Amino acid sequence: MSEITNTIFSPELAARFDKLVTLYPLKRSALVPMLLYAQDEVGYVSDAVVTEIAERLDLLELDVRNVLSYYSMLRTKPAGKYNVQVCTNISCMLRGGYEILNHCKAKLGIGHKEVTRDGMFSLEEVECIGACCWAPAMQVNYDFHENLTPAKCDSIFQMYRDGKGKDEK
Amino acid sequence: MPTLVSHPDEVRVLSRRFGQGAADINKYIELDGYKAVQQAIAEGPDWIISTMKASGLRGRGGAGFPTGMKWSFVPKQSEKPKYVLVNGDESEPGTCKDHVIFREDPHAVIEGTMIAGLAIGSKLGFIYLRGEYRYLLKIVEKAVADAYAKGFLGKNIFGKEGVDFDIVTQTGAGAYEVGEESALMESLEGKRGVPRIKPPFPAVVGLYGGPTVINNAETIASAPHILLMGGEAYAKIGSERNGGTRLFGISGHVERPGVYELPMGYNLKKAIYDVAGGIKDGKNLKAVVPGGASCPVLTADEIDVGLDFDQMGKAGTMLGSGGIVVLDETVSIVEFALRTIAFYQHESCGWCIPCREGTDWIKKTLTRVYNGGGNKKDVDNVQYLAENMMGRTFCPLGDAAAMPTLGFVKKFRKEFEEYIAGNKAGTPIITVEQLVGAGH
Repeated sequence: MSEITNTIFSPELAARFDKLVTLYPLKRSALVPMLLYAQDEVGYVSDAVVTEIAERLDLLELDVRNVLSYYSMLRTKPAGKYNVQVCTNISCMLRGGYEILNHCKAKLGIGHKEVTRDGMFSLEEVECIGACCWAPAMQVNYDFHENLTPAKCDSIFQMYRDGKGKDEK
Repeated sequence: MPTLVSHPDEVRVLSRRFGQGAADINKYIELDGYKAVQQAIAEGPDWIISTMKASGLRGRGGAGFPTGMKWSFVPKQSEKPKYVLVNGDESEPGTCKDHVIFREDPHAVIEGTMIAGLAIGSKLGFIYLRGEYRYLLKIVEKAVADAYAKGFLGKNIFGKEGVDFDIVTQTGAGAYEVGEESALMESLEGKRGVPRIKPPFPAVVGLYGGPTVINNAETIASAPHILLMGGEAYAKIGSERNGGTRLFGISGHVERPGVYELPMGYNLKKAIYDVAGGIKDGKNLKAVVPGGASCPVLTADEIDVGLDFDQMGKAGTMLGSGGIVVLDETVSIVEFALRTIAFYQHESCGWCIPCREGTDWIKKTLTRVYNGGGNKKDVDNVQYLAENMMGRTFCPLGDAAAMPTLGFVKKFRKEFEEYIAGNKAGTPIITVEQLVGAGH
């Protein structure tokens, strides 16, 4: 295991990573989860995240960036505190997914992959999130919200503004 | 939270513990949990495989390959360790069945993984969930931890000397392509999810170069039930060469969308009109995408067909992942075809040129048609592009994009031609602005 003396992660996450790399026949297998968990804590995959993960896995930074650029959930810029991901794929589309997306754009005053000025919300149009039978659906960070209506979106946003939204990590 | 549904025609095998708090290990044990795996330890690999073969279970991810046969392909002797890899990267549009399994019965996935491990002589299994399923990953992680605490996982499981099995859970980070088995292995090895050429097949050279069994989460979760009830009894529930039941996710324009467990071979028309309550708001049916976005569309008068791999194949489509997407008369097929190809264009990993270029050119062409700039040759061009993608890529994503496209342009050719001539059927949903620079 690499000895990381100046970790940028919290002690909890650093300890989790120390354990994670021991679970696989090859420690590189921890790369994708590490990038996602690091993003959960830091807010995005920063240069410092790339450097430390490369060091932990004995990889080149290039290897890490090569993988990073493949996965759509990983981002290299900060999102809002609450990242709103609206599905518009076929099942959601048929039940008003685009109406929900348009409503979110208007309500939050931002477009696809933009962040509100106060940094509270960001918005993304995403592909199928596996909630087809409860469409239209969205995720706020990792939490699913289903059978949406514009009014329901408003109350969901208010819930997060009031700090009452669940925030599963 | 996804709501559970029920219908009298359902046959509850896989879903019999749903809604009963079976994510709790004690509840799971109370409901016959972890009995099958203990029997599997006692009876041995040959018994497991012959029971699975007798069950007629076919892969629930979409390809429908017989599970018992897949397990039997793994060489008994191997210099390299063998692995079990559970595919919970559920990403096929229209499909949300594994979502419900992970939430309602995670131990069935764990027990099934152990059974597969015993069958092939593996000591390590991976359960890979798509990155978006974080809350489900936490449920599965807790279930795994509880199983370790009871001595069901780890060294000498169930107190049996020399019987070891470990499970590692893994999260993806957003990529449809990773649901393809070889791309899934690449992802689990910490790489970009691009497919590997086959052969060699994973049963011979898989994860870390070792023989590997890869099964969909629903397939794996079926194994304990099959061992408990017996292969023949399970087979009898379904139709010929299509054993058992499966979870069908019915979505789109129906009154009661939801995940229903129906016997294999159940009539599609009945599934839509009886089980899911018919077309929403009393409208008429236009078309059905019967097994996830990659399956060729059926028109309203083609749905009197049994839901199993063979009957759907005969009907010119596929059973796929069991995600039935229902389209009412207001849907523009031109728009629906465009939205479908936009998805595949977004998700093509770019490794194989026919898929990367084909999805992009079909999307570009259909976008122009949709925006009113189509010309007569476009329908032929789209068909030509799709036909030339078929069978020319490492993995089935190219086919998955081409097949529904061919279905749309062949069965609704008239609608495309009339659309191009200015007579637009259906009510448009997507605006031009949304197609430019959006997420797909």
